[in-house]
Amino acid sequence: MTIFAVFARIGLLSFGGGLSGWVFREVVVLRNWISEEEFLSGLALAQILPGTNIANLSVYIGQKLRGVPGVAAALGGLLSGPFFAVIALASVYDRFRNIPYADAAMDGVAAAAIGLLLIIVLRGTRHSARKPAGAVALAATFIGVGVLHVSLLIVVAVVGPLSVLAAWLGGRADA
Amino acid sequence: MRDDNVLIALVAVFVPLSFASIGGGTSILAGIQHQAVDVHHWVTSREFVDMFAISRAAPGPGSLLTTLIGWHIAGWEGALIATLALYVPSSLLCYGVAFVWRRHRGKVWHTALEEGLAPVGVGLMMAGVLVIMQLSGGGVLPWLLALGTMALLLRWPKLHPLPLFFMGGVIAVVVRAAVS
Repeated sequence: MTIFAVFARIGLLSFGGGLSGWVFREVVVLRNWISEEEFLSGLALAQILPGTNIANLSVYIGQKLRGVPGVAAALGGLLSGPFFAVIALASVYDRFRNIPYADAAMDGVAAAAIGLLLIIVLRGTRHSARKPAGAVALAATFIGVGVLHVSLLIVVAVVGPLSVLAAWLGGRADA
Repeated sequence: MRDDNVLIALVAVFVPLSFASIGGGTSILAGIQHQAVDVHHWVTSREFVDMFAISRAAPGPGSLLTTLIGWHIAGWEGALIATLALYVPSSLLCYGVAFVWRRHRGKVWHTALEEGLAPVGVGLMMAGVLVIMQLSGGGVLPWLLALGTMALLLRWPKLHPLPLFFMGGVIAVVVRAAVS
């Protein structure tokens, strides 16, 4: 039950991303549920695997604490509050969508929200493009999905394994 | 019957996307847009941008955008099904892999996976950014707002994003009113 409550608070307090920071504070700093080292390894795993980073991180921590019930509590806590909040917000917006400039306002909010994503894109690009293979994989994914509109699933299925293979070969050459 | 078909379609669309969302929910923005707007006509481009903005302004993970799409086409049932379809598959996978992961830290394949999949995640996120930008009115203003927000957050990382989103909305309204 404590797990549910802690993750519910994380879910509701977090606006516009950056939830990993909250999880770290609640789970490692305040409660000492897992060690800092274990948290960081879990974070890396959460980023690699498909799925929202924060949902994966909740699964990882829930599993460590209590197994299956722990996972259910963490994930349920994380998602239930925002689930209702986002629907409530959409209902309110439905009522007001006909006032003049409502669409302009939403375009503005969407554009500003993109700014938050651009920071991650910037950091990620700097990190990934250090090796040529990483830069190629990044460009191929972006052009395939964003410019040529190839199906996302196909692009991931082709570029993903090739990129991992390149990193694997590169890693062995370094060693 | 028609309702059942919609729920099945939601599962059929979001389960594969769940497994493809490497690097977080934002990486499948382009995929969600393509399926929901172009393929299934569940929402219009206009509604999609609205939903994206709402899901970003609400608390919690941004990928609750899928919750809104489900809610829009099939009410509470649709919202629940769309949310579960997006979160459960990736979570099950994560559960399984977490066991193995704890045992193999620092090995070569471990690092190769980390290094190889990171650029794919970033590339997907870039594509998502491009899609939203093309949908939200086009022109220079959205880019200025996005880059301005980015610059402010880079300079002062502790700024709360929500007031910035609000400011973006206000600026967009003022500019639209001045132009028309």
